[in-house]
Amino acid sequence: MIWQQLPQFIVSGVTSGSIYALIALGFCIIHNATGIVNFAQGEFVMLGGLTIISLNQSFHVPLIIAFPLTIFFVMGVGALLEYGPIRHSKSKDILILVMITIGASIFIRGFSPMIWGKMARTLPPFSGESPILILNAAIMPQTLWILGISFLVLACLHIFFLKTDTGKAMRAVADNRLGAALTGINVDRIVLLSFVLAAALGATAGIIITPITATSYDSGVMLGLKGFSGAVLGGYGNFIGAILGGILLGILESLGAGFISSEYKDAIAFLVLLLVLFWKPSGLLGKGEIRKV
Amino acid sequence: MLRIKSIHTYYKKIRALSNVSLSVRENEVVALIGANGAGKSTLLNAISGLIPVSRGDIFFKNKKLNGLKPEEIVNLGISQVPEGRQIFQPMTVKENLELGAYVRFKKREKKEIAEDFDRIYQLFPILREREDQVSGTLSGGEQQMLAIGRALMARPRLLLLDEPSMGLAPKVVTTILKTIENLRRNGLTILLVEQNARAALKVADRGYVIETGRIMLEGDSEDLLVDNDVRRSYLGKDYEKFYE
Repeated sequence: MIWQQLPQFIVSGVTSGSIYALIALGFCIIHNATGIVNFAQGEFVMLGGLTIISLNQSFHVPLIIAFPLTIFFVMGVGALLEYGPIRHSKSKDILILVMITIGASIFIRGFSPMIWGKMARTLPPFSGESPILILNAAIMPQTLWILGISFLVLACLHIFFLKTDTGKAMRAVADNRLGAALTGINVDRIVLLSFVLAAALGATAGIIITPITATSYDSGVMLGLKGFSGAVLGGYGNFIGAILGGILLGILESLGAGFISSEYKDAIAFLVLLLVLFWKPSGLLGKGEIRKV
Repeated sequence: MLRIKSIHTYYKKIRALSNVSLSVRENEVVALIGANGAGKSTLLNAISGLIPVSRGDIFFKNKKLNGLKPEEIVNLGISQVPEGRQIFQPMTVKENLELGAYVRFKKREKKEIAEDFDRIYQLFPILREREDQVSGTLSGGEQQMLAIGRALMARPRLLLLDEPSMGLAPKVVTTILKTIENLRRNGLTILLVEQNARAALKVADRGYVIETGRIMLEGDSEDLLVDNDVRRSYLGKDYEKFYE
């Protein structure tokens, strides 16, 4: 019976959902600091995956060292994106800045095959491939890694935003830029930091998902859009919403693939995106401040 | 302490301030009065480094402020309580005050910051009661107190107050005005922007009247309070008195 597979669908849904949640958080962090949608978010994910593959497979750097190295590298790319084109753009118009991120995304995607080629590459799972059986669901060790690392990242972010001075300053800038500047917060630095943080989140997602899906130069597009859909579903800009939206999207996708057809897997994300934008554009946890155009 | 020498600023292509000069001496309360859109907030924002000055100079204790970033100006000892308060609504009262001391975290003034918390809670006891409340739920008057408290947490030498009485009940306005007098007694220098000219001139030593981006009049508060032009335009005296 197909119903017996339900636990399996849920597990795989939550797994991909937690990846979407990390990507969605990246979207939210940049949006809250700057008001723009960063369409290069998916590229951070792709760069994370491909960089760790190179480090581990070509240069034989052990994963435990390659992991942080990869994250630092992608953080650097995020910083370059902000410090270069975004900061020096003559116009500070939101639409123009969004266009810049689209341009950056196309540039990174076009440049990557020169380094990594066009073939999809993969990484061995972090620890073994023998599944663990729980409630009819076969759980791969990599799934546990994904869930564990995602949870750890969320816990760290929580502490960062609630307890540290810089985290509080980021929330202050997100709420009120003018007020933040007048209390002596360096808003430019916070914006830079938001790109670095979003890049780190994207890279983490890319690294932990690579052993199950393989990564190629164009993987970022789909993952970026899924993360974006998750963020919209949860209420764009809302952190808790992004986490819930990402996980919910993953579950819906997995159930759709299981009960209807796996051919529709990707279509489901966009169906959800369209439905949310149609009926409740503020998302699950959004404040409902919708501007009428 | 603060000297502004014939500055010009532009909003897009429109000149918002032209040839404005103004000075504030140590431990003085100076009022800047004028109608909506006269350029009062523009002047404060130019001092705070939020908008560029295209001609003229601003000096604070003989240091030129032109071209400095807002956070550098806060660091030098000028804090602004902006129009509309601009507090961080989703954050608690305590977090708002903590962020007020943001420029001082790096200087490791932990003990001093804790003392300042006490000082501000003494000034506005209601804030202590509401310490863990989300600041967006405070009343207008409490939000104004929080905004002033947040600015004071940076330990400014000069405080710029933009329309602190706006939208507040008369009783709360009195409290705010008393606070201003109180702060001055403790050695703070204040530049006060107000539409409520009578209230502003009552606490101020001197005043400037600004109209369409130009300083039209300046003088001691007592003189301005009895000046006919000021009375007609800003103090809302009965027209009869003038036309009789």
